Amino acid sequence: MIGQLLRRDLAMLLPGGKAGGRQGGTMLPLLFFLAVAMLYPFAVGPDAQLLARTGGGVIWVAALLAAILPLDRLVAPDLEQGVFDQLALRGISEEIALSVRMLAHWLSFAPLLLLATVPAAALLSLDGLALRTVLLGLLAGTPGLAAIGVMIAALTASLRGGAALSGLMLIPLAVPILIFGAGSLSRADDSGILLAGAISLVLAAITPFAGGAAIRAAREG
Amino acid sequence: MQACHLVANQIACRRGERLLFRAIDLDLAAGSACHITGPNGIGKTSLIRILGGLLRPFSGTLERTGNAGLLDEKPALDPQLPLGKALDFWAGLDGVDSAAKGTSITRVGMADLLDVPVRFLSTGQKKRAALARLLGQNAAVWLLDEPLNGLDREGVALCESLVAAHCAAGGIAVVASHQPIALPDHVTLNLPEFAA
Repeated sequence: MIGQLLRRDLAMLLPGGKAGGRQGGTMLPLLFFLAVAMLYPFAVGPDAQLLARTGGGVIWVAALLAAILPLDRLVAPDLEQGVFDQLALRGISEEIALSVRMLAHWLSFAPLLLLATVPAAALLSLDGLALRTVLLGLLAGTPGLAAIGVMIAALTASLRGGAALSGLMLIPLAVPILIFGAGSLSRADDSGILLAGAISLVLAAITPFAGGAAIRAAREG
Repeated sequence: MQACHLVANQIACRRGERLLFRAIDLDLAAGSACHITGPNGIGKTSLIRILGGLLRPFSGTLERTGNAGLLDEKPALDPQLPLGKALDFWAGLDGVDSAAKGTSITRVGMADLLDVPVRFLSTGQKKRAALARLLGQNAAVWLLDEPLNGLDREGVALCESLVAAHCAAGGIAVVASHQPIALPDHVTLNLPEFAA
């Protein structure tokens, strides 16, 4: 059952997938991420030292924003189409459906983003050590970003103008991951990465329940 | 068909500040059908969703044995996918083998349209596709919310015959419809009589 849900969610979210409310997943998050890394040196100038000092943070912000690009596709189409109703009638709770969706969302953007971090780091003249820190940090932090995305998508799915609200809700939720994830770049040890990972786990644990409650509330409304 | 029974005791439904209906009693044994009638906005859909457990009643209790299948205005089929693939997802969840899947699609007369993306289907064709999904689910309790909407005359006859066959096989059918629909041996629940 989980496998069938995951297969459908991946077809919906993966780049080149064909299901879902719209055209399936797109390469947009990845292209957006690379575009930021390419444009940033033009904006601040080619000072390698400045780029290396700020580049890690830019990668983090770009990753965060790339993760929420597909937000409107994550939950709303299924709510509209009555898919959650049909799942509930088959005894599949919203919590299970959203856990699977969170995993699919992570798979649809994080691995590609981690790969793209390598060229992005080159563009921002990060050295090998900083690249390692960014990669490990993103590995720890992206599950949290995926969780935030699914949570916000579920909370705003039944609202008109949900997209505008999503941006506002994102900021307080994403700040802790950013502080520790991007903050690990200025520390000698890996404690920031571990804390970012811990926050990710907490968010991933909360999301199915918060999102499930939101979907049930939308049904009652 | 598994054993099924549907009992509602003194169900009331409130939406927002408005009490839609109250004191609804319903006792449906295997093989029986119920036609819920009433004008738009009286709460037919809400009652169907309460019976399916998707909405909590404001008061009253509900006992249901046997799994419920819902057919409403949302087909729950991925619009981008070819019909066959979209139905396959639910068939996979419901554990339907491919022979049974073919039978249910043929029964609703959609066998020729399996390669057509769901978004290109007409309202009536989507309704037929949703009927195929419902047939595959093999649910004991059918909850049909305006099943005739969008169906042509042939489709109406098809829907009526499917419900009749379902009840004959020992299932329960609850049909909310403001249109006349021929149901086998059934009770009629006229919601305005229960309006608060």
